[in-house]
Amino acid sequence: MSVRRLAPDEVQPASFAFTPDNLAWAQKTIGKYPPERKASAVIPLLWRAQEQHAYWLPKAAIEYIADMLDMPYIRVFEVATFYTMFQLQPVGKKAHIQVCGTTPCMLRGAEALIKVCKSRIHHEPFHLSEDGDFSWEEVECAGACVNAPMIQVFSDTYEDLTPESFEKVLDAFARGEKPAPGPQNGRHGSEPEGGALTLHDLPFNAASPGGTAVAEKPKAAPAAPAEAGPSAEALVLAAREEAEIKAKLATLSADATPEQKADAVGSRPQGLPAARDAKADKLQRIKGIGPVNEGKLHALGIFHFDQVAAWTREEIRWVGTYLSFPGRIDREEWTVQAKSLAAGGPSAKE
Amino acid sequence: MLADKDRIFTNIYGFHDKSLKGAMARGHWDGTKGFIAQGRDWIIQQIKDSGLRGRGGAGFPTGLKWSFMPKQSDGRPHYLVVNADESEPGTCKDREILRNDPHTLVEGCLIAACAMGAHVGYIYVRGEFIREREALQRAIDECYDAGLLGKGNKNGWDFDLYVHHGAGAYICGEETALLESLEGKKGQPRLKPPFPANMGLYGCPTTVNNVESIAVTPTILRRGATWFSSFGAPNNVGTKLFCVSGHVNKPATFEEAMSIPFSELVEKHCGGIRGGKDNLLAVIPGGSSVPLVPAEQIWDAPMDFDSLRALRSGLGTAAVIVLDKSTDVVKAITRISYFYKHESCGQCTPCREGTGWMWRVLTRMSEGRAQKKEIDMLLEVAGQVEGHTICALGDAAAWPVQGLIRHFRHEIEKKIDAYSANPHGEPVRIAAE
Repeated sequence: MSVRRLAPDEVQPASFAFTPDNLAWAQKTIGKYPPERKASAVIPLLWRAQEQHAYWLPKAAIEYIADMLDMPYIRVFEVATFYTMFQLQPVGKKAHIQVCGTTPCMLRGAEALIKVCKSRIHHEPFHLSEDGDFSWEEVECAGACVNAPMIQVFSDTYEDLTPESFEKVLDAFARGEKPAPGPQNGRHGSEPEGGALTLHDLPFNAASPGGTAVAEKPKAAPAAPAEAGPSAEALVLAAREEAEIKAKLATLSADATPEQKADAVGSRPQGLPAARDAKADKLQRIKGIGPVNEGKLHALGIFHFDQVAAWTREEIRWVGTYLSFPGRIDREEWTVQAKSLAAGGPSAKE
Repeated sequence: MLADKDRIFTNIYGFHDKSLKGAMARGHWDGTKGFIAQGRDWIIQQIKDSGLRGRGGAGFPTGLKWSFMPKQSDGRPHYLVVNADESEPGTCKDREILRNDPHTLVEGCLIAACAMGAHVGYIYVRGEFIREREALQRAIDECYDAGLLGKGNKNGWDFDLYVHHGAGAYICGEETALLESLEGKKGQPRLKPPFPANMGLYGCPTTVNNVESIAVTPTILRRGATWFSSFGAPNNVGTKLFCVSGHVNKPATFEEAMSIPFSELVEKHCGGIRGGKDNLLAVIPGGSSVPLVPAEQIWDAPMDFDSLRALRSGLGTAAVIVLDKSTDVVKAITRISYFYKHESCGQCTPCREGTGWMWRVLTRMSEGRAQKKEIDMLLEVAGQVEGHTICALGDAAAWPVQGLIRHFRHEIEKKIDAYSANPHGEPVRIAAE
């Protein structure tokens, strides 16, 4: 059991009311439950109040919601103190760091993250840092155990952390930015590091009754692509371009996001909102593209071989920098491969 | 390794299209109307025949659970409640379903609701899963827009599905605590009986199922009960999401056939034990509440309900936590003990007081500041907590401690010996004569 109390009167605001948007949302939420069971909405409403009020829940908000739901105050105080995600005192303005400290994260180094919190934010949890921008606490299992150790900041999780990458995340918050959530070591999600070992034979028809799933096999190759590599001239040009990109990147700050870096050296290729006919080409058939980069390309709206084949110089520079593979797209001739694959040719991998 | 064509969760990593259109392209929402048309008895019989056991930890047969719902409504509405309050340390499988493959769950909810005569369903998502519940809500909205859910939908079973969420309480994963929480109260478990199938949400007949149990049902109906039961050992059939965390080279979540040997699980999917097979110390095979199993017993053990029970542990949620020889096992279990102390709802005295007591004693033991006779006292107290509480949190708090003493008593004794040989970190200064 955890014993929790409301913040002292000095920091409590005099009143609380939902913004018009949140009020409309609250009415809709109450409508999810039978009319005489309005109390069911108490947790979602308290949570919305906390989000509206700088991520902590003042006494006035608890009473406001109790009135809205026709509940006795004590019942709502019970809920607010029982559920540990309700912050009952002010938290850091820029970030409240919730470090998961339960055994699966502890085994992978959560204690080192807590040490960083203690030295950088405050030696005690639930205390504001000197500038008031940060606070931290150790939470119990947040449910991302295969991506341990991890932290949660407001709505997002930052996973697969090391003390170094954690510091980088903190630096970004300190600058007022919002670092990209998710794994911080290049993983996409919960697949094993280095790429998924399963689910490669998609798309298949899981629907066929009786279990006759049909894997879609790549079509037989009409002709092998020319084996000749890039010409010497092209290599010189590529090297010159690479140097130019390097020089440009050096002018950026060290912690620029991949996007900022890419924007500095090229132009972003136009992406599609979704794969055509909901069927993306298997970009991994291009030699040099693994599952991680395939995922990144999908995120950019690139799903098809013909999109890759149509990249301009500027766009190749952008993507190469974004994936932090300077020059590799040229060396591995992704566009040439993609052109051949788009025409139904074989993959250089197969 | 399970073939890709036999995987139920085809987008568990989120590399493919998550939208309704993408899900349909992968075979979901295919023939749903036909299953509904066959009626509830047929659906329940199919699920019974498939041998599906609940995926939330206890392994209770899902078809049987559904059949407990009253056949005829006595005027009270029936409710389907999905338990997405995934909080067992080590477990992170439902998260992947919610954020990457939500249509498996939404379609399963419609079918399960038909099987239990429910027209309203709530999915209770743990409070921390904010992005996950947004993804789930998107999927539900898509289904409403496409006329697959709601009143007068294309599938022929009126059904409204709502997403509800908690705010950080492990105990709300217990089904009656979840219902209390859904009614807007503190999550304190109810005494049973009455069971939820008679008196559940708002006093009405209710069935609470785990996310994975519901999400696998559409595929079972599509591909047939015999297909599902062809995987795994008898009474432990099907495919299952495993999440392997801790000291393996590549922790990961993946779907595998039940009864796969532990060795295959870690070597084929997770790049092996950190530092090699000989570096394995112990494994917690089913989430933090099951007792740990030492290396020599677990290595060849099939990962299923019955085999792990024979090792005096359990499959639980199939959340495999691997400990290598660098682990301070007493400290690792002490941290689990702290978890239960933190998450006890405070309703029953043995659990409220016992979890804190066990944690304090273990904290001393992990430093060696204890006496050897206290080990037996700890075991006795753990036995007094176990089975003497309304819900299973008391048991869950006792089992890891019992497992630790059963297999690693010598580690505790070693710490006590080391401490008593030199109780002071610094030499004690004695005043000169």
